[in-house]
Amino acid sequence: MIRVQNLVKTFGTFTAVNDVSFNVAEGEIFAFLGPNGAGKTTTIKMLTTLLKPTSGHIELDGLNPETKQNEVRQKFGIVFQDPSLDGDLTAEENMEIHGVLYHVPHKVRRQRTEELLKQFELWDRRKDQVKKFSGGMKRRLEIARGFLHTPKILFLDEPTLGLDPQSRNQLWSHVKKVNEAEKVTVMLTTHYMDEADRVAHRVGVIDHGKLVAVGTPAEIKAQTNTETLEEAFLALTGSTIRDESAGSADQMRQFAKMWQGGKR
Amino acid sequence: MSAIYILWLREMKRYLRSRVQIAASLGQPLLYLVVLGFGLGPVFQKAGNGSYLQFVAPGVIGMTVLFSSIFSGLGLLWDRQFGFLKETLVAPVPRLQIMIGRTLGGATVAVLQGLLITLVCVIAGFRPVHLSSVPVALGFMLLIATVFAGLGVAVGSSLQDMQGFQLIMNFMVMPIFFLSGALFPLDGLPKVLAAATMIDPLSYGIDGMRSVLLDKGHYGAMIDFEVLAAFATVFIVLGAYRFSKIEI
Repeated sequence: MIRVQNLVKTFGTFTAVNDVSFNVAEGEIFAFLGPNGAGKTTTIKMLTTLLKPTSGHIELDGLNPETKQNEVRQKFGIVFQDPSLDGDLTAEENMEIHGVLYHVPHKVRRQRTEELLKQFELWDRRKDQVKKFSGGMKRRLEIARGFLHTPKILFLDEPTLGLDPQSRNQLWSHVKKVNEAEKVTVMLTTHYMDEADRVAHRVGVIDHGKLVAVGTPAEIKAQTNTETLEEAFLALTGSTIRDESAGSADQMRQFAKMWQGGKR
Repeated sequence: MSAIYILWLREMKRYLRSRVQIAASLGQPLLYLVVLGFGLGPVFQKAGNGSYLQFVAPGVIGMTVLFSSIFSGLGLLWDRQFGFLKETLVAPVPRLQIMIGRTLGGATVAVLQGLLITLVCVIAGFRPVHLSSVPVALGFMLLIATVFAGLGVAVGSSLQDMQGFQLIMNFMVMPIFFLSGALFPLDGLPKVLAAATMIDPLSYGIDGMRSVLLDKGHYGAMIDFEVLAAFATVFIVLGAYRFSKIEI
């Protein structure tokens, strides 16, 4: 479903993604792991048409995101690291706009919105403004919305960041359910190794822009001779802390924290 | 088309739901209208220019439309990191449609705000000389809104962080307002100031409204219209171009 060959992305002299190749099969849940600044989000941005690769080849369901931009966009759903809901609108209205933007016919839109909101336990709150939702509810709504246009692939970029264990567990069980019911391929990134271990069929570990290991969690643990995925991860990527210089997005995230609830 | 409509509709819903913001955004223009309108009134009268309240009302209306429309565009900076915009940028819809929907929405909101403050002006004692020209004045409001919604998108697409926002506020938005002749007549100005007012799009918008509502134009309504239409075209094209280049 996803094919990545010798993918490279450079920003000036800095190489963010360096010769990365991997495949994700249809219906698979693939976790993309790596320390901060390893190139996870950059890779996802290239896969989702938001950045152009410097070199290399990408295929999503047989299509090249560079040349078939709109066709590819129709085929995937994405949940970003930062929230992307309209807080002033209701859950139902957020779903409706998404449906219109993705050319989902009116009747199907109605029906699927009901289905998904019920499944993600938000149906009772459909007429409430999203700004009144908790962090976990907002995340669930974003994921439900991502499924609305029946995508073949769902990208989740650190969807559980800042959620409590209850919300995280619930979120993953929902994702797994839809993955099984609709055979949606899921590619996710997370910093919680136990989540990746439980949820993902296969795992890729990226560090300094290079893919250092790919396989099932069990394979990776065996390869590094460790008990848990977290230990395997540290064995592969070392224990030095990556201090990225804060970009404008990070500064704004801090600002957003100060004003939390206000604009979300 | 349906994408443009739904994004426009979104802006309308947001506007109608944010009653507190509507009230808050009327505060500043109200201050200019009431305090300056009545405060400078006697001096203005003595100088032989008639009622200052009459004179300043179109300026205050123009100011409201300016602020409202330019902020809708500058809001892009926030919206693309933490808002709904990002969701629209990965949708299978051409960027141009997204930009048009958003900008039209922002411009419509700005005109609604303009109408609201017009009502306030009338309550405060503003009386247009020609009631029949109110629809033409509405057209000028729409043009001002389009010009600055376009400029806002162009600048907002290029901004990288929140510090830039302050810079734009102090060195672009405020000068546009103060140099527009919203608060003072454009006749007999020193050369440098006159030149500055001539390159400010808002001066043509406010002058246009003054021409049709009060018969007191400086450039004349036809010239105002032509210059504004030209600015609107340039800024919308520039805004669309910058918007198509956004990377998130």
